[in-house]
Amino acid sequence: MTAQAAAPANERRLTIARAMAESIAQEMRTDPSVFVMGEDIGQLGGVFGNTRGLIEEFGSERIRDTPISETAFMGAAVGAASDGMRLVVELMFVDFFGVCFDAIYNSMAKNVYFSGGNVKVPVVLMTSTGGGYSDGGQHSQCLYGTFAHLPGMKVVVPSNAYDAKGLMTSSIRDDSPVIYMFHKGLQGMGWLGTEPGATVHVPEEAYAIPFGKAAVVRKGTDVTIVSVGMGVHQGLKAAEKLAAEGVQAEVIDLRTLVPLDRDTVFDSVAKTGRLIVIDEDYKSYGLSGEIIATIAERDISVLKASPQRVAYPDIPIPFARSMEQYALPNADKIVSAFRNMKRTRTWRWL
Amino acid sequence: MTPTRDQKFWMYEKMVISRYLEESIEKIYLEGKKPIFNMANGPIPGEMHLSNGQEPCAVGVCAHLKPSDVVTSTHRPHHVAVAKGVDLKKMVAEIFGKRTGLSGGRGGHMHIFDPSVNFACSGIIGQGMGPAVGAALSRKMQGKDGVAVAYIGEGAVNQGAFHEALNLAAVWKLPFITIIEDNAWGISVAKAQSTAVPDNSVRAQAYGMPGYQVRNNDTYEIFRVAGEAIERARNGGGPSLIEIETSRLAGHFMGDAEGYRPKGELQALRARDPIPAMRARLMAEEGLSEADDAMLVASYRAIVDEAVAFARNSEDPAGEEALQHVFA
Ligand SMILES: Cc1ncc(C[n+]2csc(CCOP(=O)(O)OP(=O)(O)O)c2C)c(N)n1
Repeated sequence: MTAQAAAPANERRLTIARAMAESIAQEMRTDPSVFVMGEDIGQLGGVFGNTRGLIEEFGSERIRDTPISETAFMGAAVGAASDGMRLVVELMFVDFFGVCFDAIYNSMAKNVYFSGGNVKVPVVLMTSTGGGYSDGGQHSQCLYGTFAHLPGMKVVVPSNAYDAKGLMTSSIRDDSPVIYMFHKGLQGMGWLGTEPGATVHVPEEAYAIPFGKAAVVRKGTDVTIVSVGMGVHQGLKAAEKLAAEGVQAEVIDLRTLVPLDRDTVFDSVAKTGRLIVIDEDYKSYGLSGEIIATIAERDISVLKASPQRVAYPDIPIPFARSMEQYALPNADKIVSAFRNMKRTRTWRWL
Repeated sequence: MTPTRDQKFWMYEKMVISRYLEESIEKIYLEGKKPIFNMANGPIPGEMHLSNGQEPCAVGVCAHLKPSDVVTSTHRPHHVAVAKGVDLKKMVAEIFGKRTGLSGGRGGHMHIFDPSVNFACSGIIGQGMGPAVGAALSRKMQGKDGVAVAYIGEGAVNQGAFHEALNLAAVWKLPFITIIEDNAWGISVAKAQSTAVPDNSVRAQAYGMPGYQVRNNDTYEIFRVAGEAIERARNGGGPSLIEIETSRLAGHFMGDAEGYRPKGELQALRARDPIPAMRARLMAEEGLSEADDAMLVASYRAIVDEAVAFARNSEDPAGEEALQHVFA
């Protein structure tokens, strides 16, 4: 990974949870208008650990536990942010968006535009995504496409702690609403199982990673694998397997869905001629279709084979392990997607 | 309204079954999760919210309900499901994620659906309110008898759905009762931190319905107050709200270290465990002997053991079964 490649000898490996908390703390120290709201983010430090230690340093005025009233506090985030504060607000699981979606997409996402740019809405809505640990259909979704579809919100999806910190810093400093979607399986919380590749070197000083810049996390020439969050790690594992067969896969971590770095994806596919998109979100009307459309629209002739998607089938997420694992993307499915692709006839563009 | 001898024994049975079910689940849940606690592992993966201590809320209310009455419960549903008469074997199999489960393993412990006794629950806070009001409306429109009861936590009453549903139930005068299980905690957030209203029964007035508070997790008092409210609803008298002071004797979910609980709180709650209290009442009032009690408890436990064995011996669903039942 890029972050690992940059790691110095005095490595400082952090989990995504700690990297997020570190960025929030650093921004809070320099900017008194920044504060955090959400359920169980105070003394508990967040169910997923990303506000741990903050209440001890900043107190309960700026690290506010809320009642279970998402409609109210999501709306309040919009109001406070338009009145000179900068908010980091947590929606514990993205699945809970239903109870506060009006505040998010009809207000948070649109007020900048409705006001002709005269109102700023600096809200970071951080929310957990993803399944794989049998939490059932109201606690395991990704919903990347749902949020990325709506104009007016930037959408950030870190895959490792280095990016998590830099993207959080940019999110807090942004004057637009940012949906910051962290995957539970990458958080570094042992009780959720955790992908070791997400815990990487994180510099102590504050730094910002610009939005709309995808990272090429593995270079290759034969196929381009595109994803975000957990899908990046699955892509890297698939790339290892493919390498054993002599196939060089290039893996792209989009890092932000809005803005989307279409150029990096296109340039890679133009080189490899083959595209696989991995998405833990539902397959239809989402990220995977968007990425493929990006290539098709710009120059479909760069494709040597039909693009493939390894995405969640269009079903609610089942509880039973056997069914959930059947439905989730994984490295083997990516490898088979590549084999399917080899079987599809090479196209000839006339 | 005081419970009859039969009702007392019925309540005791359901309380013991519910508690022993939770204790059994607790042990099985930890299988495969030691030394490293990872929710994904073991025969019962995922989140697990146990109802230990809240049994009086279930039995004191459901003692007045028939299978045809509707109940919606929460993410902490087992005690209510047991008292409502949900098929225990199929419910435990669902909690294990087996093919023989109520939903064939699609739902899990937060999504227990048993239409044969009109029971459902869900994992989104406040979500059961609207559907219970809707069921009450449908009963009224169809001229079908029966009431609808929505269980909800004291943390959840700060959710908008709660308030909108109460208003609807009252303005349409529906046969609806909401039971607030006040276990004092919403995960790590104490009641006093989440509402300036110490007694949620006063909120009923804002919607034009009677509100009650039952203190001390008292099974008989719950039975009495719920009995009156349910009778009123059955007779066309409209909705009621009941808040019950109960106790959460377990963590929010399994794996919760509960660092937020004040020292000594749990010990104090355990000393007021409602099940030994119920047993003592049966001994004092109905002449239950130690020996008879031991026999009864053994027979109740056998019911749970059988359900657990059924679940363990059932097959896992095949992966492709995930694709079924997306549409009706
Ligand atoms: C809309 C929504 N917000 C937040 C949650 C996360 N959550 C699950 S249980 C819970 C606490 C609920 O407290 P309470 O209603 O008092 O019930 P208890 O857990 O004490 O039984 C929270 C915040 C959720 N499931 N749904």
